[in-house]
Amino acid sequence: MATRTIGSGQVGRSVPRLEGAAKVTGRAEYVHNIRLPKMLIGKIFRSTVAQGRIKSLDVSAARALPGVYRVVTIDDVKTVIPNPLYGPAFHDQPILADGKVHYIGEPVAVVLATDPYIAEAAASLIEAEYEELPAVFDEIEAMTSAAVVHDELRPAGTFPDLKHLKGKKNTNIALDFHLRRGDPGKAFAEADHVFEHTFRSQQVLHLPLEPFVSAAELTETGLTIHTASQSPSFVRIEIARLLGWPENKVRVKVPYLGGGFGAKLYIKLEAMVAALTLLTRRPVKISLTMEEQFYTLTKHAATFRIKSAIKNGRITGRDCEVWWNGGAYADIGPRITQKSGFTAPGPYDIDNVSIDSYSLYTNLTPAGALRGFGIPQLVWAYESHTDMMARALKLDPVEFRRNNILRDGRAQATGTAMKDAAIEAVLDRLALRMNMKAPFDHGGGTVKRGRGIAIGFKASISPTTSIAIVNVAADGSVTLYCSTVDMGQGSDTANAQLVAEVLNIPAESIKVVHPDTDVTPYDMATLGSRSLYHMGHAVRLAAEDAKAKLAALAREVGVPEGANVPVAELFQKKYKMQAGNIIGTGSYIPSYVPPDANGLTPEATPFWMVGGTGAEVEVDTETGHVRVTKLINVADVGRPVNPRIVETQLSGAAVMQFGFTMQEKIELDGGQITNASFADYKIPSIVDIPPVMQNEAVESEQGSGPFGAKGVGESGTFGVSPAIANAIEDACGVRLTELPLTAEKVYRALRAAQGKPLEE
Amino acid sequence: MRTIHFTLNDEAVSAQAAEHHSIVDVLRDRFDLFGARESCAQGLCGCCTVLVDGTAVSGCLYLAAFVDGKTVTTIEGLAQNGKLTPIQEAFLETGATQCGFCTPGFVLMAGQLLAAHPDPDDEEIRHYLSGNLCRCAAYPEIIAAVKLAAGKLRAGRL
Repeated sequence: MATRTIGSGQVGRSVPRLEGAAKVTGRAEYVHNIRLPKMLIGKIFRSTVAQGRIKSLDVSAARALPGVYRVVTIDDVKTVIPNPLYGPAFHDQPILADGKVHYIGEPVAVVLATDPYIAEAAASLIEAEYEELPAVFDEIEAMTSAAVVHDELRPAGTFPDLKHLKGKKNTNIALDFHLRRGDPGKAFAEADHVFEHTFRSQQVLHLPLEPFVSAAELTETGLTIHTASQSPSFVRIEIARLLGWPENKVRVKVPYLGGGFGAKLYIKLEAMVAALTLLTRRPVKISLTMEEQFYTLTKHAATFRIKSAIKNGRITGRDCEVWWNGGAYADIGPRITQKSGFTAPGPYDIDNVSIDSYSLYTNLTPAGALRGFGIPQLVWAYESHTDMMARALKLDPVEFRRNNILRDGRAQATGTAMKDAAIEAVLDRLALRMNMKAPFDHGGGTVKRGRGIAIGFKASISPTTSIAIVNVAADGSVTLYCSTVDMGQGSDTANAQLVAEVLNIPAESIKVVHPDTDVTPYDMATLGSRSLYHMGHAVRLAAEDAKAKLAALAREVGVPEGANVPVAELFQKKYKMQAGNIIGTGSYIPSYVPPDANGLTPEATPFWMVGGTGAEVEVDTETGHVRVTKLINVADVGRPVNPRIVETQLSGAAVMQFGFTMQEKIELDGGQITNASFADYKIPSIVDIPPVMQNEAVESEQGSGPFGAKGVGESGTFGVSPAIANAIEDACGVRLTELPLTAEKVYRALRAAQGKPLEE
Repeated sequence: MRTIHFTLNDEAVSAQAAEHHSIVDVLRDRFDLFGARESCAQGLCGCCTVLVDGTAVSGCLYLAAFVDGKTVTTIEGLAQNGKLTPIQEAFLETGATQCGFCTPGFVLMAGQLLAAHPDPDDEEIRHYLSGNLCRCAAYPEIIAAVKLAAGKLRAGRL
């Protein structure tokens, strides 16, 4: 990837990660490492039924085990938190099950002991009896099912557009988002061709190698929570709300994260450890096991029915119906349903559009955001659909896309005009690097070869706020305070580069203070590739503020403008010794207009992310085995702040989605997950990745971004699944519409195509 | 509980350990060494890798009692006086670490690989490191890091 530096040369330079040495020596700080004086360890007893009333809970044997400090149930929790329901969109999730359980694996009780082995042994001695109730697991069935997950909907007060759902009963629909633009009915009536397909994305999950972990301790001034969280400011506000405390009595500290990917957002274990610490007046730490991650948060399984009207090779109308399987608690699902839902028609210029997007409660582990905020599920469907239409119409898949893509200035489904979205550039570079114009050898014998491409886009979630502080010490050294969480994406390094660019100093010389809500200012969260843009602006503004104050200090002490006097001398002149600080602050929130009754808005998002993938595959037609031989990822990331890290983000995102495409799937039996371990749920290893992987950021600039930059963490995921499915059809003529693309599915499809289907 | 005596990162040490304690438990709780991390707890991810008498083992499954009388090396024992090893340098230079949680395991396994195969090809690297998982999927960079480290080590031996 070419290096393009600007100005001071700090932006556009592949600065090695600031914390690299700490990570390769095993010394980096994680919550995993935290040990507090007199700390208790919590182990969770979990539900074994998918929907039921708790008839009895017998904790006596657990309590009697020597070494057990205490066994805690919801009744105990309520003595310190009377209304123990939390969540970002709905206040629907209790700290421990309260009378009812809603999924298998839901926390019901916690055992506390100083020895984790004793706590775990005791948890296995707890016995619960349930009155089982009808459960629902499928998102389509949940639309009309007699089984209703929650008795009543409880939207959080923070979102005005959810207020109408308050108190609603007898429904599993947590949010229904509708968008109408133009006249789809007329477009379909006048079309040359109408195509309709339905696609399904399976339930998968994040599985950071550092599983969820939080610890809490009481201090003289309140409560301190050490947590592996992507959203320290949210945790502080939500815990303060639960306790009825002012924000400044809750301190949330976040060191490095051992991966996040959208799992470690909002409240996970934080409310639980807070309650346990308040109950026992002792520090409490809970570290989940790998298995328990399967009972905490997943990516939404989704069904997407998509229907297109084609006239003269142009897509003139599109109907989208998307059903998101949200699991037992809403988490951020309703936001995904709307804020990703409005991109369901894809990066195409379509005048007549309807979108119906539903967030559904089911009796499964709650679902949330996973590296793409719902976008990979949508692109999977619309780019498979695009390829199927091109194939049916005997049109070149690249040209069909080129004839229909959204160009700058054209309105997307919401009515928001596209700006700085390099969709065509991504398509062009992808087609070029895949050599799509050249003839392709489809192989002979039993191994067939194929190639496919796919492009997708995403709107940055809006509106969100970031605030940053830049502190210049009396010797001229610079410290950045911000609440962006570095979970491996390199945000410390990138933010340091932005400060360095403004102040014209080496990025390596800047210290970045990790999120600590007593010290670092508010940030909405590290999610959705928002940080480089939003926090990037706040950081840039803080650095510019510091720079302006340094200039004012120079004037004050009589240094002429433009004189190259070291910063330390300015402080020395003013304070007569090495003393003082310059504090620069920056705050950023983009402009935003909420959607109207038809889902339309002139300002849906501050920026667009674009990503595309090309794949070449070999399909063994005797076994159905698919080998991806080449994977090319191209994205519009604006101007890369750190080209090396940009490349690793594209690559890492693509490999993660590659796992979701080829192999990963949560297996269920009556709501019970049956493969909750790395032995049975296989994430990609070093032997699984395609032998050829290339990543490219196209030449582009985000005009509104800090130094032309925008986020990059998710863009590599967008096109992977449909590109591979498109390549499989190109190779052997069968079309898969459900992920993952396993050998069994390919082989069944091949046999069905031969008129010799296999038995189920 | 019993007392075990072993050599830990070149230092003679002893510690109390119960029969069921793994070496990761003892390193964390008795020696404040956090670089070997229990993640999957099944010996499948490699985050807990330590060297026992020079051989890489899954520390989450390796009982502490078994290191009695042996030599244990952890990631913290590699860099001497703050000077990174060529393998650690190579991981830094190629961007082969993202969240860093799996990195110690990969660095230790890469050391074992390069001791056995000083000039490994892609296939050998993939095969040797197949027992270590990286959810950030820095695999292409890890392969590049191993190759870079191999060059550094060969140059150092000349």
